[in-house]
Amino acid sequence: MRFDLTRIIDWVPKGSRVLDLGCGDGEFLAQLEATRDATTLGIELETANITAAASKGIAVVQQDMDRGLSNFPNQSFDVVVMAHALQVLHRPHAVLADMVRIGREAIITFPNFGHWRCRLHLGLLGRMPVSRVLPFDWYDTPNIHFCTVKDFEALCEELDIKILDHDIVSGPGTNVLKSLAPNLFGSTAIYRVCKK
Amino acid sequence: MQTANSVGLVTPKIERFEEPFVLASGDVLPGYELIVETYGTLNNAGNNAVLICHALSGNHHAAGRHSAEDRKPGWWDNLIGPGKPIDTNRFFVVSLNNLGGCDGSTGPNNINPASGSQWGPDFPEVVVEDWVNSQRALANRLGITRWAVVIGGSLGGMQALHWAVHYPDEVANCAVLAAAPRLTAQNIAFNEIARHAITSDPEWFDGYYGRQKKAPVRGLALARMVGHLTYMSAEGMTDKFGRERRHVDENHDDQVFEVESYLRHQGAQFSTRFDANTYLLMTRALDNFDIAADTDGDLCSALAPIRARMLIVSFSSDWRFSPSRSREMVDALINTGKTVSYAEIETDGGHDAFLLNDTQYLELMRAWLNRVQLDAL
Repeated sequence: MRFDLTRIIDWVPKGSRVLDLGCGDGEFLAQLEATRDATTLGIELETANITAAASKGIAVVQQDMDRGLSNFPNQSFDVVVMAHALQVLHRPHAVLADMVRIGREAIITFPNFGHWRCRLHLGLLGRMPVSRVLPFDWYDTPNIHFCTVKDFEALCEELDIKILDHDIVSGPGTNVLKSLAPNLFGSTAIYRVCKK
Repeated sequence: MQTANSVGLVTPKIERFEEPFVLASGDVLPGYELIVETYGTLNNAGNNAVLICHALSGNHHAAGRHSAEDRKPGWWDNLIGPGKPIDTNRFFVVSLNNLGGCDGSTGPNNINPASGSQWGPDFPEVVVEDWVNSQRALANRLGITRWAVVIGGSLGGMQALHWAVHYPDEVANCAVLAAAPRLTAQNIAFNEIARHAITSDPEWFDGYYGRQKKAPVRGLALARMVGHLTYMSAEGMTDKFGRERRHVDENHDDQVFEVESYLRHQGAQFSTRFDANTYLLMTRALDNFDIAADTDGDLCSALAPIRARMLIVSFSSDWRFSPSRSREMVDALINTGKTVSYAEIETDGGHDAFLLNDTQYLELMRAWLNRVQLDAL
């Protein structure tokens, strides 16, 4: 499992009802059911992923969250998770607002565009960043809405979203630098938020 | 004809129910018979039974062959068998011809014991609720108190849904494929055209064609042609037929489009195997089905009693029961906090896709059915 997912498992209270937006093959939800005694539902675009999730016993509904989540009632889940999907959405602010409407809490992870490597690419090389985490060229990428940790926090303020917890993670190493300047040295941002 | 993943040769069995059967309409059938096929073995705990609900023109013969000479196996042989998605090594599969049918269960072709002559058009109106109630009597007869799975496509999906709503403690898992919570006006219209074709046939005789030793075969063929057309997609038809032509027969220069020849063949075949009164009865059951009829049309309230793990599947090119109709059910299930999985399968197969061999579809069915937990019943 990706390191951002391993980290947020601890943020999900035992016995929670969890909705995972863009749940992929359902591995994260399967872990939550196994280790946190969670009741889960995923939404996902790809049929192959729905089948993979079904083979793990995970319930998944095919749905494009860019076309809205109005079919989910207010406060119908304890936790709504969206991992590494914010940057591919057409209307990320609308989905974010829906997440805190549907869930008592929401957990979001996204690639931090303020990471020093991104800054190096853009600032010194004058090119859009391409990295191991973000391997696409600018003209052919599903990632259309990048933001930095600071941008995300500004959006939360605008949407009346309260930040309950946050962390910024990278692969191994850089731990000291990360704690000094997370927006510069953390590659993936993790936020736990709720409605103000 | 025993092949590796086939249930092999099967023999249907008649189950006779002597007690009077009160229908939703209030009419009473003085006993009835259901023709049934089963595949696999009911386990000691009695918790591995799967009920197959058939669609408009389906019957009990869902898998295997009746004789080694049979050209085709049962209608869902691609799903049912050892190692197949509905795995007969694991499940005990029950498939029947619904009440009012013409393949061996009590229907318009049978003799009305009160009059001593064929029921014909006087066979009482039968609706989805009646089918489910008769399937329940069958379950009781077979020693099944709770189905591991109730599954069906189209009109069969409606029966599965009715089961899950009205007998929530008797259905552990429920799969509703290419179905809808109720028909649209357009759907009812297609059924009415089909019925009109039948009742306009000069050999319809107000439904008493049996007494004349006749049958409205032209009307029935036309009804089937219209119906069949609506089960296919435009893209699928282009792929299958295009604008190709073929000779009407070898001694003639006359040519017809492939699609004409195909529809004529389908119509002609159907009109000799199916009963016109049954066709009317089945299409009316479709028209009348509305899972939210008792809840003022509110689908959320209607589906609220469900306890089964649900699977809803739609097919992208199905315009008869389009994906948006499945989404209505999915959204109501989400709204009421049910366990639901949903996929829209990308296919040119149209409404009939639930019967076809689409890899994504079959893999999804296999994955979902593999996770049916028999010990949890």
